[in-house]
Amino acid sequence: MKIVYPREEWCIACYLCEVACIAEHSKYKDPLKAYLLENPRTPSRTNVEYKTPVALSVMCRHCAEAECVEACKNGTLTRNENTGRIELNQEKCLGCWMCIMACPYGAITPFKKNGGAVASKCDLCPERDVPACVAVCPNRALVFEDRG
Amino acid sequence: MLYKNPYNHYFDFIVQRDLDKCIRCKGCVTQCSYGANYYDEHRDLIYSLDYNCIGCMRCSTFCPTDCIRIVRNPDTFRPNANWRDNFIKDLYKQAGSGGIIVTGMGNDKPSRIYWDHMVIDACQVTNPSIDPLREPMELKTFLGRKPDLLDAGDGYELKTKLAPQLILEMPIMFSAMSYGSINYNVCESVAMAATELGTYWNTGEGGLPKSLYQYGRRTIVQCASGRFGVSPEYLNAGAAIEIKIGQGAKPGIGGHLPGEKVLEGISETRMIPVGTDAISPAPHHDIYSIEDLKQLIYALKEATRYEKPVSVKIAAVHNSAAIASGIARAGADIIAIDGFRGGTGAAPKIIRDNVGIPIEVAIASVDERLRQEGIRNQVSLVAAGGFRNSGDVIKAIALGADAVYIATSALMAVGCTLCQQCHRGRCAWGITTNDPDLAKRVNPEIGAERLVNLIRAWSNEIKEMLGLMGINSIESLKGNRDRLRGIGLTESELRALGIQQAGL
Repeated sequence: MKIVYPREEWCIACYLCEVACIAEHSKYKDPLKAYLLENPRTPSRTNVEYKTPVALSVMCRHCAEAECVEACKNGTLTRNENTGRIELNQEKCLGCWMCIMACPYGAITPFKKNGGAVASKCDLCPERDVPACVAVCPNRALVFEDRG
Repeated sequence: MLYKNPYNHYFDFIVQRDLDKCIRCKGCVTQCSYGANYYDEHRDLIYSLDYNCIGCMRCSTFCPTDCIRIVRNPDTFRPNANWRDNFIKDLYKQAGSGGIIVTGMGNDKPSRIYWDHMVIDACQVTNPSIDPLREPMELKTFLGRKPDLLDAGDGYELKTKLAPQLILEMPIMFSAMSYGSINYNVCESVAMAATELGTYWNTGEGGLPKSLYQYGRRTIVQCASGRFGVSPEYLNAGAAIEIKIGQGAKPGIGGHLPGEKVLEGISETRMIPVGTDAISPAPHHDIYSIEDLKQLIYALKEATRYEKPVSVKIAAVHNSAAIASGIARAGADIIAIDGFRGGTGAAPKIIRDNVGIPIEVAIASVDERLRQEGIRNQVSLVAAGGFRNSGDVIKAIALGADAVYIATSALMAVGCTLCQQCHRGRCAWGITTNDPDLAKRVNPEIGAERLVNLIRAWSNEIKEMLGLMGINSIESLKGNRDRLRGIGLTESELRALGIQQAGL
């Protein structure tokens, strides 16, 4: 299946992937409104790890053997058998953070939503052909590929 | 600015940020390599230190909400036609530092740009123009010594032994830019593009990293006064060798790579210690005459078994024509002439802006002189120095060049915004820097694609322009000055260019 792969050698830490992710997952689909109006603002599902000169954007690997799905107690995290993607249903999430503990990539982020606390992670932008972070990356440091 | 030196106050640009649109993503902070933008966590605001801004537009380009504008600092001295702003600011700088002011890129002074005063002829009614989309159009160019006579023999085999030639698919090559002045990723972008296009790139005087030997057959290797990175393997790795005598941006002085830019890979390729300034001598100390030059030309030919053409690159200066004649007689196969608008990675500003002559007149005078002496066929002429578009290229060829070298335009294709800070080694666009954090800003995949696009676009435009002149091969335009006319030039300028006034 196709997932997003970071190419560390070309990541320039411009944070556009984070901005595009936040805009894409806001109801406005616009960076300005997503940052200034949306409350609570959804966190970026990809995170730029930057310690000069190393930089790379890290997000969910949609693992074949997903530790997060194993750890999730109530079926918030499931594998979609059709697409192979790991999906996170925020309506169900109780905020126990077992998935965050389990994820070996640190790709799941907690955030407060409507009084409760829920987890958030990359969903590969189901409404788009190419995820927003890949489309926005100016240096091809993120690619959407099937590497088997 | 509390602790500022009052004389450093006169900065050029202001970073204007519309705080209503700023989302604090901090992209501008990481992208600015000159420390002009910073995030204040106490006020959750991004501010700018305007005096650090050099106007490269990296931050405004990358801002996802377009909230940044780089504007000229309106702070103004009393307008003075003699004491213009840049003279005043440079004077203050020197009074503070006592140093020579170093800068990058080419001469930016508003001296007459002759390209803008030449127009091209077109066919109408009596001589048909050619449509390059429907009919073949030849841009293939051969650089190297051409024989005085061709003996076709009696069969199908040419009896005359031809000198080695460089074969270009279009009359445009990438000019010398050394590894070190530009980083590895940019070198690789240019090398990949030259290989794909079927033209040549030039190593400059910094040697050729081993990992780029794979592009050797599309590489011109340079041998300059510092002899950085020159070895038998290096000379044989390329398709041609270029002896660099001078450079348009700094005629009469040697190359200068500041020590800040000499990192591990550059040190290995140039064979010098890390962090040392790589300063080439002003002259080649083994070349004080045309006879000495001849010795080096033949030494290099000997080292490469007479299989590769040897080029000699000089800066365009007052007596270029006589010098070029000497170079042709010394055995060079190609003469490259670099005009005073040619770029550089580092040059004293006073030299960049005041020394040398425009390439337009240099190429015209050299071509004319070589024709008069009957030795034009012995060398190919390559013009360099500030080609901005295909119009300039085609005018250079009509003036007598066989091909042109481009470098500034090539760097612009990979992102350069002409901020003239190459010498500082902090290029925010990741071009003239070897800092690993910045150098990765040029991804050679993208760089090569953009270079290929640029040259393809120019080639198509050149074909269109040849077509409208009724010419179907670039060969037929070479030195064909009858297809050029001058507008707004004086009698003596027209004479120097060897063209007629429009309307005559």
